[in-house]
Amino acid sequence: MARYRLEARTERSAAAPFLVTGMAILLTLVAGSGLFLIYGKSPVAGFTAFFIEPLQSAYGIGEVLLKMGPLLLIAQGLAIGFRARIWNIGAEGQLILGAIAASVLAIYFDGSTSWLLLPAMVVAAMLAGMAWAGIAAWLRNSFNANEILVTFMLSSIALQLLYYLVTGPLRDPMGFNFPQSITFSPAATFPLLIEGTRVNVSLLLAFVATVLAWIYMQRSLPGYKLVVGGLAPQAALYAGFSDKRAVWVGLLIGGAAAGIAGVGEVAGPLGMLQRNISPGYGYAAIIVAFLGGLHPIGIVFSSALMALIYVGGDFARLSVGLPSAVTTIFQGLLLTFYLASALFLQYRLRRVDARPPVQAAAAEGAG
Amino acid sequence: MTETLIFIVAGTLAATVPLLFAALGELVAEKSGMLNLGVEGMMATGAAAGFVAAVVTGSHTLGFLAGAVTACLLSCVYAILTTIFLANQVASGLAVGVLGLGVSAAIGKNYEGTTVDPLAELNLGPLSDIPVIGEALFEHDIMVYLAIVAAIIVWYVLQRTKLGLIIRAVGESPSSAHALGYPVTLVRGACVLFGGAMAGIGGAYLSTAYTPLWAEGMVAGRGWIVVALIVFGSWMVHRVALGAYLFGAVSLLELSIQGLGLDIPSQILSASPYIITIIVLAVISRNPALILLNSPVSLGQTFKASN
Repeated sequence: MARYRLEARTERSAAAPFLVTGMAILLTLVAGSGLFLIYGKSPVAGFTAFFIEPLQSAYGIGEVLLKMGPLLLIAQGLAIGFRARIWNIGAEGQLILGAIAASVLAIYFDGSTSWLLLPAMVVAAMLAGMAWAGIAAWLRNSFNANEILVTFMLSSIALQLLYYLVTGPLRDPMGFNFPQSITFSPAATFPLLIEGTRVNVSLLLAFVATVLAWIYMQRSLPGYKLVVGGLAPQAALYAGFSDKRAVWVGLLIGGAAAGIAGVGEVAGPLGMLQRNISPGYGYAAIIVAFLGGLHPIGIVFSSALMALIYVGGDFARLSVGLPSAVTTIFQGLLLTFYLASALFLQYRLRRVDARPPVQAAAAEGAG
Repeated sequence: MTETLIFIVAGTLAATVPLLFAALGELVAEKSGMLNLGVEGMMATGAAAGFVAAVVTGSHTLGFLAGAVTACLLSCVYAILTTIFLANQVASGLAVGVLGLGVSAAIGKNYEGTTVDPLAELNLGPLSDIPVIGEALFEHDIMVYLAIVAAIIVWYVLQRTKLGLIIRAVGESPSSAHALGYPVTLVRGACVLFGGAMAGIGGAYLSTAYTPLWAEGMVAGRGWIVVALIVFGSWMVHRVALGAYLFGAVSLLELSIQGLGLDIPSQILSASPYIITIIVLAVISRNPALILLNSPVSLGQTFKASN
């Protein structure tokens, strides 16, 4: 009887990453069909609403690009940390801090027409995101505090800070007590990139970040040190690569990217600071980073897919009547199936004969 | 004054139940080397399934059972990913967390706004009649006491039985345990499933006894505080339990301070459990000897038997 055994790959397979991601998507579609059936909808109608309808109109494509921006940006930042085994799961909070910092500038300089305002907002957002993530890096390095827990807790704190600010100090005094700031002036908002959609120039920042991430991770010594630290901590230590430095770099880059994603929202489609600035981009970007194989190019595709799931979820709710929980379940399924499929990045199934090992060895020796 | 005291003690005992059940489960999983970060999602699933079951059947027992079974099924996903597919434990925990949030929202969707009778108080006869103490300690539902019993059982099993020794051996060195002939994968998987069931019971207590209602996001970060509690307790049952009661008290702080009428923004109070968690985490983790000596050596590491 033929049996199969897991065998470690001795060299990296070029095709494996594509097969693995493809397998994860395929399995998600299969499980998704089951999910649609549970809700009494035909899988065809469900998938059409989820993955085809959004791409059939300029509006739909625009919405996908709009959501792809922050996901791509944050996931590039997170992936760098993840490869160094620095687990920043608080990008949502870093995004919120970025949004707050940018909004403070936009509100303080309301009415300004200076072209410097928007770049200053981007820088402020980046620094705020870095500062929020930096707290976790400092606590990890100086107090050995687990960064997974700290970054998560910081996100919850950031959310309360946002609620406080939009109901208090940053609330629009003429806004009938709505928990939101004034509407930003044109100099404090990103110009549209594609007319007729809500896609703005901040999408370009995500692609700039992609190029930078690619250069850093694939072509630079600091990036190499970071990856080695993640793969083989002992070897990295022996080679003199600093562990503490990796913690700082991993978290600060993630914080910077998430902070910029924050300004992209308030100075983009929202045009103001309000209670809801992100539909969980910071958490979804974790999935995006893994699904893209923690590789800058892979993440471009996975962020587009995740954006499509977000927009498709809205379409499916309106046209087929599927609840929004389906979107969350899809996200969870994608990560689950990716992690399962990823086994085949490092292992392959090898058919082994049922003959006892001694015989097999003898046969090999004879051959 | 005594009334405030009674309110705080009685409230703390109830608020701790979900934390303690989930923390005991997570502690056992971590003792075997499995860091399951999906507690939040498992508690949410347990809360939703437990609530729906309690509403439909009218039985709290079936509610807890449904919560335990559903969250246990969810933890199977984590166990399979990490033991069979050798996936990274952190990422697998996050995947289970997201799945759990989605599944719980789907399960509970049609039951938002429904209520269920809270779990009945246990009749402890003369004990409940003792002034002050009776009111604070002996007018509770059965789960308040079962949580304490569960803590004692978990301590006993981990520290005083062969099963506990095997679990700890697997957590310290899976390869040595494997070489000695212990079924590492089976032990780890079972510990994860136990953790899932306990998180489910904790979640079900939230929705069928503590609140008692179902609302999406009602677990509100408790699952993450549970993970932090294990570090606070440096993987020792009595310390984890003590930490759970302290955090139960912290969650009452918000209500008490609002009751006092102090002019503190409600957001600061809402953020306080997280701020306190970070501070305590930093203080405890600062002592590397405490963490290194007590954390299971193989925590977070996948294990593949080399045949």
